[in-house]
Amino acid sequence: MIYLQIVANGIVLGGLYACIAVGFSLVWGVLNVINILHGTFIVLGSYVAYFGYVRFGIHPFVSIVIAGAALYGLGYLLQAGIINRVIAAPVLITLTLTFGLDLILNNAILLAFTADYLSVTLAHPLPSLELGPVFLPGDRVAAMALAIVLTFLLQRLLRDSRIGRAIVAVRMDREAAALMGVDVKRINAVTFAVGAFMAGAAGALLSIIYPISPLNSQVFLGKAFVVCVLGGLGSVPGAIVGGLVLGVVESFCGYWFGAEHVVTLSFGLLLILLFVRPSGLLGRRGYG
Amino acid sequence: MRDWIALIVVAIVLAGLPLVGSNYLLRLATTICMYAVMAQSWNFIGGLAGYPSFATAAFFGLGAYTSAILLNHGAPLPFAWGCAGLAALVFAALLGGAILHLRGHYFAIASLIVAEMLREIVNTLPNFTGGGKGLNLTMLAISVSAQARFFFYAMLGLAVFCTAFAILIHRSKLGFGLRCIQQNEDAANMLGVNTYAYKTAAFSLSAVFVGAAGAIYASWVNYIEPTDVFDVLLAVKPMVMVLLGGLGTIFGPAVGAVILLAFEELVWRSFLTIHAAVLGLIIVVLVLFLPNGILSIVRERLSGRTVVT
Amino acid sequence: MLVLEEVSRRFGGLNALDSVSLTVNKGEIVGLIGPNGAGKTTLINLITGVHAATSGHVRFEDRDITGLRPYQIARLGLARTFQIVQPFPKMTVLENVAAGALFCGHASTTREAMLIAREHLTFTGLAGMADQPAASLTLARRKRLELAKGLAMRPRLLMLDEVNAGLNPSEVEEALRIIRKIAEQGVTIIVIEHLMKVVVSISQRLVVLHHGQLIAEGAPRDVMSDKRVIEAYLGAKYAATRSTH
Repeated sequence: MIYLQIVANGIVLGGLYACIAVGFSLVWGVLNVINILHGTFIVLGSYVAYFGYVRFGIHPFVSIVIAGAALYGLGYLLQAGIINRVIAAPVLITLTLTFGLDLILNNAILLAFTADYLSVTLAHPLPSLELGPVFLPGDRVAAMALAIVLTFLLQRLLRDSRIGRAIVAVRMDREAAALMGVDVKRINAVTFAVGAFMAGAAGALLSIIYPISPLNSQVFLGKAFVVCVLGGLGSVPGAIVGGLVLGVVESFCGYWFGAEHVVTLSFGLLLILLFVRPSGLLGRRGYG
Repeated sequence: MRDWIALIVVAIVLAGLPLVGSNYLLRLATTICMYAVMAQSWNFIGGLAGYPSFATAAFFGLGAYTSAILLNHGAPLPFAWGCAGLAALVFAALLGGAILHLRGHYFAIASLIVAEMLREIVNTLPNFTGGGKGLNLTMLAISVSAQARFFFYAMLGLAVFCTAFAILIHRSKLGFGLRCIQQNEDAANMLGVNTYAYKTAAFSLSAVFVGAAGAIYASWVNYIEPTDVFDVLLAVKPMVMVLLGGLGTIFGPAVGAVILLAFEELVWRSFLTIHAAVLGLIIVVLVLFLPNGILSIVRERLSGRTVVT
Repeated sequence: MLVLEEVSRRFGGLNALDSVSLTVNKGEIVGLIGPNGAGKTTLINLITGVHAATSGHVRFEDRDITGLRPYQIARLGLARTFQIVQPFPKMTVLENVAAGALFCGHASTTREAMLIAREHLTFTGLAGMADQPAASLTLARRKRLELAKGLAMRPRLLMLDEVNAGLNPSEVEEALRIIRKIAEQGVTIIVIEHLMKVVVSISQRLVVLHHGQLIAEGAPRDVMSDKRVIEAYLGAKYAATRSTH
């Protein structure tokens, strides 16, 4: 019976992981850029939600939009102004660039807010759910539900809107898309900004669960990596599957081996996957 | 031939440093030599072969811990240091078998993850490695000045040795083959280059000196902990140094190391709180405006020709 | 010299090559033709070890080379050029060709390889460009560089994949002249070509692939008027009105 609880915990976690990773996966799949800033974007989103709640009483779930919008703007500027200049450069260059930008942003956050861990304690938390033998904290489930909703909305955007379809076209074939009249530079910026939006939104959701500190950015980035390799690049369904798998695997690993080993084990899983099937459980071949 | 002369001259000049420099200067010079080794080593796999490895931190930490543990069990110093290098070499050869078939981003991530995993493993074996609390090493029973001189010469020796290796490799069949792999791996394969063997050789070379450097570092500072010796900056700074000095060149890594560390020492020791941001800014400026490194600009000015990117 | 026995290659559900059996004799020039997508490049990739055969065997000089890696096959004496040229862009023309000599074991040092490379550059008429970066060459010259690289490997069997694509008529003539010279030196050649005039004029024997299967083989004249071949290129109706068989 405990296994049901473990699985349930894993699914709740997994939904959040999917949301954490989907923006990162999109940027990697479409722009062929590994955005090291992604973890810091998430943390920034959490701070927006924190101050929104503490200063103005805005519930973090509402801050999803605020944090998302703020990060969208930041992401757009960064991409259009800086990252776009090296968009066709080899891995070494783009990775080093986003690493450098992350150092700056992370340091800025550190200076502004210090490394002290903050957390959002809701004045009116949702009641816990009891589904048979399974016990779930209400806010977490709500956060997970919202995460999944957001992810689905992104999928709808990609499928049904003009901009979304342009993004998918660029992912499939950059040159062909350009020949069809797609403004690839703008799509690059929009894609990156959308990725940043999702990160900010995820950050707002996570603010009620994880402690908030710039030191956590690497943790989120690590999760995003694993989900991408599990689920394949640039694919929303892949991010969802990857997120859920990771969530459940971590939940079981935490139970069997203890919470302190979870990170090592998930990285081990990542390495094994990279060795065996880099394109992921669902994905098509990434850029490699 | 010019390269050998340059190396010997520099080695002789630097060997005289203890006569004129303070302990502080010696410490700085030792750090520069250490990073020069790491940058030069990374250049084998990242510059010559074109595989962006982030595993330098893994090799450094592995070397540091191997040597520290051996020393704490009574092994003699040169033996411990030698084993550290050997451990890093073997680890790289095995790891290479697992990840060198990956290209681009996947390889970069895999190599990055390895350091994280090693750090976690060290953390979870406290009886063996001291865990998160770190490991103490006994100090050498000599004066502070003598220690400064000893470790300076150790690092300098390693740096000279490593650079000598670089000169040999860059001009050899292996170096040529690696450059072919970097520019077109499939074509290289079809021409008869055993790409597996060559890449593994480059990867192993990128590990052995770094492992030894980690070992010397551990003995030098007398205390190591996981977050310290597996720090991702130990992987990134050497890369930045090579980019600064010139990717795939022989002296570029050392030049980059000197410039970056001198800059660090002069400028931002005074601004500790924005330490990371300044490094980030340097990286961004470097990548956007100086992608070929400083040496290539110097060469362009001297010969009046543009370098093919 | 080269024998393919019932060689097949599947990609997913698709049979890119289906039970192809073929013999190439020493000293021949064989033309490999067929409509787009027939599997010609796949066949070359399979012989040179880029793809593994799903079934069947490849023998070179009585030695089974099925499943060997590309670099091993290269060292045994098989070379090929690429349809889309694959130089080492940052290296000079001379270095590109020297690479071929060095890694196939015909030169033990880089210096020796450079000397051998110069000979091959002279042979293909590129000697004047020896120190230019490969990326700065025109297409026609890059095709000749491909050829020179292949030659530097001192192959006994050379496979040329569309060496004439993108060349104007005089460049094509030049390329053909070089190919004939190579054959005179005793190298066995397989030529993949689209231009009928070209492949007929240079080949002693033609082999036709269609949908991954070998549909005809023989002297150029016979093959060109073979009903199945005409059908493959131009469709069944046209073949019915045109064939003399």
